[in-house]
Amino acid sequence: MTHEVQTEIAAELLDVRRVYHMGSSQVAALDGISHRFMRGEYWSIMGSSGSGKSTLLNILGCIDRPTEGEYMVGGNPVSSLDDNQLSELRGARLGFVFQSYNLIPQLDVLENILVPVMYRDEWPTWALDRAKELAERVGLGGRTGHRPPELSGGQQQRVAIARALINDPDLILADEATGNLDSKTAEEILEVFDELHAEGKTILLVTHENAVGQRAGRTLKLKDGRIEDVVENHS
Amino acid sequence: MIIRSPFLRTVRLGISSLLLHKLRAFLTTLGVLFGVASVIAMLAVGEGASESAQDQIRQLGSQNVILRSVKPPEDQQSNQEVRVLSYGLTDGDRRRIENTYPGVRSVIPVMQVPEEVRRGTRVCRPRVLCTRSGYRDATGRVLYEGRFLTELDESLEEPACVLSYEVARHLFPFASPVGESIRIGAEYLTVVGVVLPRGPIGAVAIDSTTEVGGDIFLPLAAGRRMFGTTQVKMRSGSRDITEVELHEIIVDVRNAADVPMVADACRAMLARDHSEKDWEVIVPLELLLRAEETKRIFNIVLGSIAGISLLVGGIGIMNVMLATVTERTREIGIRRALGAKRKDIVIQFLVETTVLSGCGGVAGVVVGLIIPAIVEATADMPTIVTPQAPALAFGISVGIGVIFGLYPAWRAANMDPVEALRHE
Repeated sequence: MTHEVQTEIAAELLDVRRVYHMGSSQVAALDGISHRFMRGEYWSIMGSSGSGKSTLLNILGCIDRPTEGEYMVGGNPVSSLDDNQLSELRGARLGFVFQSYNLIPQLDVLENILVPVMYRDEWPTWALDRAKELAERVGLGGRTGHRPPELSGGQQQRVAIARALINDPDLILADEATGNLDSKTAEEILEVFDELHAEGKTILLVTHENAVGQRAGRTLKLKDGRIEDVVENHS
Repeated sequence: MIIRSPFLRTVRLGISSLLLHKLRAFLTTLGVLFGVASVIAMLAVGEGASESAQDQIRQLGSQNVILRSVKPPEDQQSNQEVRVLSYGLTDGDRRRIENTYPGVRSVIPVMQVPEEVRRGTRVCRPRVLCTRSGYRDATGRVLYEGRFLTELDESLEEPACVLSYEVARHLFPFASPVGESIRIGAEYLTVVGVVLPRGPIGAVAIDSTTEVGGDIFLPLAAGRRMFGTTQVKMRSGSRDITEVELHEIIVDVRNAADVPMVADACRAMLARDHSEKDWEVIVPLELLLRAEETKRIFNIVLGSIAGISLLVGGIGIMNVMLATVTERTREIGIRRALGAKRKDIVIQFLVETTVLSGCGGVAGVVVGLIIPAIVEATADMPTIVTPQAPALAFGISVGIGVIFGLYPAWRAANMDPVEALRHE
């Protein structure tokens, strides 16, 4: 992972604070984080529970906003966007891969892959072909008509990855993407991420497992809502 | 299968989501079904009841004021062997009305004769009405064949009579009665015409005092000459003799707007001229207005009951949708994370409630059309399904679906995506 092309900023955190109000007291889950994720980089975000990595991922994924500071994604300052614009941004620029797959059970594989496309204003002509292509690519070409309950955990996570890729996002956010999988399946999923990275995708992988974290080119270590360390991994 | 139209896709998604809980969806639909069906059925029954009441009143003639003789309450010491009871409207009353009120087109006297009508071996007891030529115009009876009574019949005291259709069929089952003679009491009369019964042929109410129902009309002058105005009724140990000059006076008012005024004037006049209350004034127009008022109240009552059942159905929908929203919190979170706007979530859940209430509505319309048919067949009650009723009920059901779906949908859309994603 040494041949990274650092051309553009994919996402940037500017002194981000996220404060939760617990009754009268305030808890800062993120306490002044500034960081740049460049296009094409593969990062893992690590930290013990309570370190703020989930909160950080929520902010990176635009489903939460910073209390203070600014988050820029694809050149857009998030604080200036309203709820609809944020939704559009999530759909068009970001791809999510969750720990528990989070597929929609009543939809089949192909429909699940197409969910982010459904919320575009217009249905693009390429959508169906691309969805089939992605299903093929993650090894589910023959099971596009199946529904999530009929698939194994690894297969479901592959569908989720295909779904994250359908709109060709600027940033792929994976939250403990291998947390629910056995080590062999986890390895397969991580290989998919490696491939994506090799293709130039920007990936942010949140994990608490060292072995997983080290697959990424760089690791952002969090502790108590602050950046503890930035590590370059050499595999 | 991938559907490109976003709306159809949402509808399909809504249906497949509902089908995840078939029983629940079915029960919810049932709530709406009964609401819609009861609205339609109640409106149909109410409409039918009021329509038949109004029909009866309309037959009396809405431009008419009808004065009737009423037997006054008998006094205590009337146990004589022979008593003559004289009461009711008189020719004097008729003339006074004729000469006094300018807005009156005609005043038609009616005297009823309690005699049997025979032809050969065939007997019946219709109402035998001695009246004038104007009767037909005032009551709107339609001539079937021959002619009605004329002025000439009256002045010549002609023994002519006109049968109503049901009497004609009873006495002359196979041939036209015109030109034939019949016997009323001890007198022979010649049939000159037949009029249609009130209401449709075959749907004739049988009067309790006659076997066949129906009427026979003869000239008043002839009737007076043949039968007189006194009627003798034999009772065990005594005879009842009653004398009634006129049983009914039909005042045909030219202008319907004058009806209440003429009615009041008649009441005042009769109250002044008669020492006893041996008369009554019937104003079909007033009855019609009262029937309409009754219908309105009836409709309000039935409508509110039906409305409440629809409301209950709506609450059922809301309840189920709230449960669904809670259950699918995670799905909402996923969709929001993947780019769904609040609007998209609202539409998704509204489509589901609309599908639920729409299905309930359609099924309700079907059941609602069947119920009146069953009521009509089993309870012998007329029902009328106006074309607006199913449309109205269906519209209301969908409207209720949307209204009661709005809050759950709004709640779904306003969930915090972070919280929603964390929801198990």
